[in-house]
Amino acid sequence: MNDKTNGHVRLEVDRLELTRNDRVIFTDLSFTLEAGQILQVEGHNGAGKTSLLRILCGLTMPSEGVVRWCGENMRDDRDRYYADLCYVGHYPGVKEELTPLENLAMVKSLGRIREGVDIEEVLERIGLPFGHEDQLCSRLSAGQRRRIALARLLVTDARLWILDEPFTALDIAGRRMVEEMLMSHAKAGGMVILTTHHAVELGDCNVKMLHLGA
Amino acid sequence: MNDVTNIAKTTAIEPSLGRAFMAMLGRDLTLAYRHRAQLANPLVFFTIVVSLFPLGLNPDPDLLRTIAPGVIWVAALLAAMLSLDSIFRSDFDDGTLEQILLSPHPLSLLVLAKTLAHWLITGLPLLLLAPVLGGLLDMSGEALGVLMITGALGTPILSLIGSIGVALTVGLRSGGGGVLLSLLVLPLYIPVLIFAANAVGNAAGGFEVTGQLAILGSLLALSVGLAPLAAAAALRISLN
Repeated sequence: MNDKTNGHVRLEVDRLELTRNDRVIFTDLSFTLEAGQILQVEGHNGAGKTSLLRILCGLTMPSEGVVRWCGENMRDDRDRYYADLCYVGHYPGVKEELTPLENLAMVKSLGRIREGVDIEEVLERIGLPFGHEDQLCSRLSAGQRRRIALARLLVTDARLWILDEPFTALDIAGRRMVEEMLMSHAKAGGMVILTTHHAVELGDCNVKMLHLGA
Repeated sequence: MNDVTNIAKTTAIEPSLGRAFMAMLGRDLTLAYRHRAQLANPLVFFTIVVSLFPLGLNPDPDLLRTIAPGVIWVAALLAAMLSLDSIFRSDFDDGTLEQILLSPHPLSLLVLAKTLAHWLITGLPLLLLAPVLGGLLDMSGEALGVLMITGALGTPILSLIGSIGVALTVGLRSGGGGVLLSLLVLPLYIPVLIFAANAVGNAAGGFEVTGQLAILGSLLALSVGLAPLAAAAALRISLN
């Protein structure tokens, strides 16, 4: 994954503004994220954290401003941006009527994946005990479903991870595991943007903070 | 920027559109199979509506033969509309639709895969059931043959046009979506109804049907080409 230290890879956010029902949620928001950096977005409920992440993913249209990936407006070249992006949102995006294996096989078919990735190995790594892989996800707990959603990060070869409250429903061991995933991703030159209400222990990683809302 | 993409190729497996299309189709068929009870819904509706007509009207074979093309097509159209919501609803509710929108593949082709799955699940069974119900209404062999051809051309159009309507209404909070969907989609279904029922009626009377079939064929070509693009754009708006 040495390629991830490449200097071209950069996310630029230029003067974003979001208004909802004539109310300005945030305005004139600019920042740059370089390879190896982690951005932690903070703010009270309703400050626009999730909306910001959805704008960065291209799901929501900002009222003003642009998001650039490697210097290009990401709306002009969605396919390339999305090959580099992995988003774990508020909804886990895990199909309840499929097994964990089938869910991750779908992730594997849809995106750009790491070479030699083995789904059973990934399931083991994210702490889904052996024997659960053939059960329907509807029988798993909320925490286990969250783990399957986060397993997407290990299957795809995305440089940019955008995570909305990744620690929700996870136990202490699960939170520790996610922190380690974030740290090793950043060390390998990846980028992470996350929102959380928990205190996050990220060692000596290059962590930037962004505070939304007055 | 070339160096970035070049290096990426050596360390990652690039996404393949063919594999994504087949995976999408296979996933939707698997999900449908695990909800078998729901699959029967439109078929039961179709059968009940058609078999109620001889009871409500007069079971005179001449009358039934005359109304059969219209009755079967109207019932098929309503049955197809009942099932439309399932194309995107569950994916929208659990966040999978977001993930589909964020895949590096052309969204319209993934939408086409989902629509094809929907047709295989609902349109194809309706098509196979139609001649049985046609026999019930005393249709001639000639008319049954044309009924099958119009069904093969017409039911995919219903799924394709329906996908646009569902994509536009899937984001609406429960309640208004269903009514709006009918209002959006029904006017676009009417040409299919007119030409298909007319072709079957003509065939029963021993007249030429190539004109109607040609129009249905061109409607199908048009909707295969354009409906997935419109539905993809509508989905991006719905998730905004």
